[in-house]
Amino acid sequence: MNTIADMGGMHGFGPVDPMADGGPFHAEWEKRVLGLTFATLGAGLYNVDEIRRVTENIAPDRYLKMSYFERWLETAEVLLAEKKTITRQELATGPASVEKQTPVVTQEIAEQIVRFGGTSRMTEGPAPRFERGDNVLARNIHPAHHTRLTRYVRGKAGVIDIDHGIFVFPDTNSRGAGPKPQHVYGVRFKAQDLWGPDASPKDSVQIDLFDDYLEPA
Amino acid sequence: MSDHDHSEPPSDLALRVKALESLLVEKGIIDPDVVTAFADYYETKVGPRNGAKVVAHAWVDADFKARLLANGTAAIAELGFGGLQGEEMVVLENTETVHNVVVCTLCSCYPWPTLGLPPAWYKSPAYRSRVVIEPRKVLAEFGYDVPDDVEVRVYDSNAELRYLVLPRRPDGTEGWSEERLLELVTRNSMIGTGIPTAA
Repeated sequence: MNTIADMGGMHGFGPVDPMADGGPFHAEWEKRVLGLTFATLGAGLYNVDEIRRVTENIAPDRYLKMSYFERWLETAEVLLAEKKTITRQELATGPASVEKQTPVVTQEIAEQIVRFGGTSRMTEGPAPRFERGDNVLARNIHPAHHTRLTRYVRGKAGVIDIDHGIFVFPDTNSRGAGPKPQHVYGVRFKAQDLWGPDASPKDSVQIDLFDDYLEPA
Repeated sequence: MSDHDHSEPPSDLALRVKALESLLVEKGIIDPDVVTAFADYYETKVGPRNGAKVVAHAWVDADFKARLLANGTAAIAELGFGGLQGEEMVVLENTETVHNVVVCTLCSCYPWPTLGLPPAWYKSPAYRSRVVIEPRKVLAEFGYDVPDDVEVRVYDSNAELRYLVLPRRPDGTEGWSEERLLELVTRNSMIGTGIPTAA
């Protein structure tokens, strides 16, 4: 999807405010949003790729007006309804049925989640098509679905710096089409190849690209 | 603003969150104490001091530094740090000729076990959009002017690898203990938007 979230290289957002911090949470509700997101994610109700798909799909004008955790809240509402865990009606008027489940994520499981996480690295997948030093082209594709192939590298030439190994493919995992494991490479692009002759001749951008995003240069 | 300040009505967002959380609790989908536990963990149990310990240790122990650069996750785990959003760590060494800086242009991916949750500026459209295209201008806004003979390498953490910058040990710190070095390591230096100094 060519969404507003894919904003690398855009102009117009103004200066960065290095003092903009104030701790991770600015309101109690933000803490609740983070906690309920992790509790529902940890229960396997959806995966992180689906979260990103839903967030980036927020209409651009709304996305930019919303605060960070407001986007988390919107995403939780949309995704939980998509998965039929809740309905919009229930948000307004309460549970539709008296049947009560037991929470999957207990305190013990929550501790496991934060301490060990959940890698998306996989042990098996197709052989890599590329290796360190190869010249590659990021494909000029504009899928209507979620992808992590940023617009600013599409059609550009780069060099494989490293093969990170095999990982779950977000483009399929975000829409119930399975993990489609494949190699992920750190690909280095010269700043001038991305941004033109006015860019620094020395600088570079390195981004992690899935095998499916690449073709030989 | 105190969350016990009842003289102000809860915001619309607070009400929306309350409605969602209440519904999920009533249906038995989540445990509200678990919600609290997750938030408390990220507010109090992880933060940049973890990453600073990794950096300071690498500065004094060359073998550890070599392991850190070869396998970030494993070496960081030696110090007891790891977990959610730190499962696949890559440590980037700043050198005389290369200065690394990390961003997630697409969202806010960040190495939580070593740095905690990201600061607001890291998640801002201004940083996400600009640091890939004009890193030197952005770093100057942080007060760091990158020398002309140094390459700036921007890492976009768009997949599940998470990056931690290993800044250069400042001049004038010869013989310093690890504990003393630890105090020099700023969060910004581990993201790449600054460098540590002994001053």
